[in-house]
Amino acid sequence: MTMTAEHSGVPETKPAIADFEKDYAVQRRRSLRAWTVGTFLFLIIFALTSWLGDFFKVTQVTLPDGSRDWRWIIPAGLPRLGDYIEQTFPVMRWESLGSDLTNWFWRWKIWMNLLFETVLIAFMATVFGVIGGFLLSFPASRNLAPNTWVLWITRRYLEIARTVPELVWALIFVFSFSVGPMAGVLAIGLHATGALGKLYSEVNENIDMRPLEGVKAAGGSWFDQIRYGAVPQVLPNIVSYTLLRFEINVRASSIIGYVGAGGLGQEFRTAMSFQEYTDLSALFVIIFFTVVIIDYGSEKLRHRVIGMEERT
Amino acid sequence: MSLTPQDIAAAKDRVPLAFTAPLPVRLRRAALWVGFIGLFCYCLWAFNFSPERIWTGLGRLGNVLSFMFPPHVWDNWRDFSEVLNGLGETLAIAFLGTILGAVVAFPLSLLGAKNINRFTFLRQSTRRGYDVIRAFETLILALIFIRAFGLGPLPGILAIAVSEIGTFAKLFSEAIENTSNKPVEGVKASGGSRLQQIRFGIAPQVNPVILSILLYNFESNVRSGTILGIVGAGGIGFLLSDRISAYKWDEAWSIIFLIIAMVYLIDYLSGLIRQRIIGKWDGAK
Repeated sequence: MTMTAEHSGVPETKPAIADFEKDYAVQRRRSLRAWTVGTFLFLIIFALTSWLGDFFKVTQVTLPDGSRDWRWIIPAGLPRLGDYIEQTFPVMRWESLGSDLTNWFWRWKIWMNLLFETVLIAFMATVFGVIGGFLLSFPASRNLAPNTWVLWITRRYLEIARTVPELVWALIFVFSFSVGPMAGVLAIGLHATGALGKLYSEVNENIDMRPLEGVKAAGGSWFDQIRYGAVPQVLPNIVSYTLLRFEINVRASSIIGYVGAGGLGQEFRTAMSFQEYTDLSALFVIIFFTVVIIDYGSEKLRHRVIGMEERT
Repeated sequence: MSLTPQDIAAAKDRVPLAFTAPLPVRLRRAALWVGFIGLFCYCLWAFNFSPERIWTGLGRLGNVLSFMFPPHVWDNWRDFSEVLNGLGETLAIAFLGTILGAVVAFPLSLLGAKNINRFTFLRQSTRRGYDVIRAFETLILALIFIRAFGLGPLPGILAIAVSEIGTFAKLFSEAIENTSNKPVEGVKASGGSRLQQIRFGIAPQVNPVILSILLYNFESNVRSGTILGIVGAGGIGFLLSDRISAYKWDEAWSIIFLIIAMVYLIDYLSGLIRQRIIGKWDGAK
């Protein structure tokens, strides 16, 4: 291509076009090969995982006329799923809407208490997560850690705390601190520590180091440098991540009761085992609206915080 | 050239607001702190964080932690293959859930993208639909699917797929909206139909982004796939909760370490794939 540019005016297009065609063919062949290999690999993984995951399992089902037949598991289960979902819908009539509603939410006093507990668990867990994550984020960020050993240990600790799911921590804490919301707070708090510590340390790694040098030059210790050099820079981001985490924690605390760690989740378990189908939909409605309201409120707050950051 | 206390006092007189916030702001801050600490103390009381309970709890927790050393090693192949099968099931749940969710979400995402679906009402209602789907908790979906499909990994796959539909549709439609309109106009100018405009104008721009989103969500689904077993939806979580409820803490810790190792490995591999296919891309954090 550069050849033609040098001999401008001389029509030397033919070899250039041939070059281009050859190049294009090579590119085409390469992409075709990559595509074939990729598809092949994908199909192998798909076959392997669907074998492991019983995706194409064939089961026996009872047909409407009473006979048994072999069917693929997914179409076989769909009618049952439909039945199940239908059962969770409460009976609602126009004439007796009020009493139907009270029938649907018949345990509303207990539920409201548990809902309050759920939100409080999320609040406490966020507080613990923020304290832990904030303190550990400074030794866990590459530019602020006092030495590499501290960096390595805090990073591994945070990774383990966030890789193990909340429910597993909850199982462990329920065993050691007995059943109740305290275990849930500790479980979600530990998980949030890991997640927030990572996010905060990423914020810390992007700060301007000059204020810290200033504090150091004025004779400040490591703690002084962090307190007066780093914290004022990262605060708005930290507030925003914290609110985001609070939303996630509300979702987590609404199910953590399933293993006995307090909150609304335990009612799911009760409703499931007592086959109170309409309770399930009522609980779902309660959690849905709580989550929506909290998400909306914290989004508004977050935008205000971000706006403040831009203004200053 | 050193500051005397008089200088500081003079500066304070001149610009008082630079040294202290005005009274209403200070009052508001104090009220916020009092409310916050009050709520915190109320929670401590309501959740019964008594020192005695913490002390006995820590003792038991230390006992549980002590089972970590020495780590349990499965000495016969039958037990170990059970654990490996559990890990494989978790990966299968995450993989198939991600794929199924993406396949269903892709057409829906076209409906929710501003530059493809021009009917505002339809677009807005599709987007609210995504939000509703995202509000379903994966664990609760798994409980529902277990009723329909029985215990095993299949309800886990479907639970992840359904909850990912909302996430994927939202992320994909945002990716589609962020594309440039120029290639589309180019295809249009050379006489391409609407479908060809999407295929040759938009798809090459969004494909890498979509792949990257898929990889990211696959990673996070591997993490959430581990807990689905606790309610009975297959995978390693099933074995883990079984070992914990049998108080076999040494085996439980080994399983937890295997889960962590698996998550590391998956993160590492998907990082490699991402770099190879997409180059460096650091969005969607």
